[in-house]
Amino acid sequence: MSLWARITGWIVLIFGLTYFALPLLGLTEFSLKARRGVYSLDAYTKIIGDPEFQATFTYSIMMALVTILFGVLLVVPTAYWVRLKMPWARPYVEFITLLPLVIPAIVIVFGYIRLYNTSSWLPMTGTIMGTNLLLAFGYTVLALPYMYRAVDTGMRTIDVATLTEAAQSLGAGWATILARVILPNVIPAVLSGAFLTFAIVIGEFTLAALLNRPAFGPYLARIGANKPYEPFALSVIAFGITWGCMGLIQFANRLSKHTKAAQ
Amino acid sequence: MSSVPITRRLPLTWLGLLPFLIFATLFLILPTMHIVIGAFQDRSGAFTLQNIKDLNTGTIPSSYWVSVKISLASALLGCLIGFGMAAAVTFGAVPRWIRSPLMTFSGVASNFAGVPLAFAFLATFGPVGLVTVFLRNNFGIVLQRDLGFSILSFWGLTITYLFFQIPLMILIITPALEGLKREWREAAEVLGATATQYWRMVALPILFPSLLGTFALLFANAFGAVATAIALTGSSLNIVPIQLFAQIRGDVLGNPNLGYAMAFGMIMVTAVANVLYIWLRVRAERWLK
Repeated sequence: MSLWARITGWIVLIFGLTYFALPLLGLTEFSLKARRGVYSLDAYTKIIGDPEFQATFTYSIMMALVTILFGVLLVVPTAYWVRLKMPWARPYVEFITLLPLVIPAIVIVFGYIRLYNTSSWLPMTGTIMGTNLLLAFGYTVLALPYMYRAVDTGMRTIDVATLTEAAQSLGAGWATILARVILPNVIPAVLSGAFLTFAIVIGEFTLAALLNRPAFGPYLARIGANKPYEPFALSVIAFGITWGCMGLIQFANRLSKHTKAAQ
Repeated sequence: MSSVPITRRLPLTWLGLLPFLIFATLFLILPTMHIVIGAFQDRSGAFTLQNIKDLNTGTIPSSYWVSVKISLASALLGCLIGFGMAAAVTFGAVPRWIRSPLMTFSGVASNFAGVPLAFAFLATFGPVGLVTVFLRNNFGIVLQRDLGFSILSFWGLTITYLFFQIPLMILIITPALEGLKREWREAAEVLGATATQYWRMVALPILFPSLLGTFALLFANAFGAVATAIALTGSSLNIVPIQLFAQIRGDVLGNPNLGYAMAFGMIMVTAVANVLYIWLRVRAERWLK
């Protein structure tokens, strides 16, 4: 490695890291400036005390948990079944799970609004519960590429066929096999998919705004227009949650390496 | 299939896929089909190409053009900077331990499009942002007046998009760079090639499909981004996702089917970019195994 290449490498890397650090620094600094002249946590205390923040934040957390539940119930049995019985179908299933990366979220939700409105055959947007359900399904679709890939990768490291036969010879039914044999074996993969889902759902804007649900993302966009410092404090919190989730994914991956090593 | 013993039971294995297929049909495929079909219908439901033709009226062509330009600019810069950073880490110009934290960071940042990202850039490059104030107080440079830069403009949005474009590039191109075999470089050196010649005649041609494919993916990624743009510029910048958002909210175009056509146009652009990506990736994998 020549000296020149080394210097260029450092310059590029430092330039890139500065670019990533500056907005985070600017955001944090700005969020602390609510009190004139000194740094303070005023913006944070004010926003955390806001009942609307509490309501929207709780709503988004609930949504994320419901989405994770749907995602696991949908993806784990499907990935298992494909690996066990229909390996030929894997590319097709994988293709479907990757579609949400091709079709923009705004187009999918546009379709929901027109297809499931009050005058349609399945009027999901007619009731609050129905709309909540539709939003959770929408989030499940958005998280599908990540969830499926994580779980499918997890399935690859275990011997699905042998585990199934062993469980069957001990008299287990399909539900028991899935819940008590397969799921515990892929739990690190499921967790890493779940944390990513959580990070996506918690600040999501487009779906929640267009379905008119009181979620955290639209709330953040709305107070951004009429409050000076609070939205910046909220953004720091949102960044923190995403980072926390990614840290947990790393942890889950390390967990899976441990279980593999123990085998 | 004739060698398979005939069973009397109907094949029922596909039933296991039924929940997934029903879900995907109801909440992914049908809604999209509804939009695509609607783009080719008039108000009474009869087939027409008028909506597609009407895309060429009013502010729609310019919004597509601005969207395409922002996506191109952010994809190109994202590719260049991301490639530089990935190369610096992969080829040992900087210590190896940087690789793992950089990859983790890229995993986070590539998913971090949205409202908070817009606020981060407003707090940094906005009228009273960290960098803006710093430049003004220390160098007397006013971004808007002296450099013509505003965070609410074309370049402002492009720079903001880079925050998720560069990490996506790093995530995808690092494995490709690691796939370049040491032997190729050594063989080139034995034959008397300089570093520049090695890059120009060996490495870049091998990497070319990966690079172009990732460029297409980054393009699609920027084209579909909605939340960042809306939170950052409100409705001041005329790009496709913002216009479609307003159309879904309140039928600003005065024609629901024209809204379908706009959404259809978005799918077409991102689909072409993604097909290009997949096709080029398959080509790239011939070499990089």
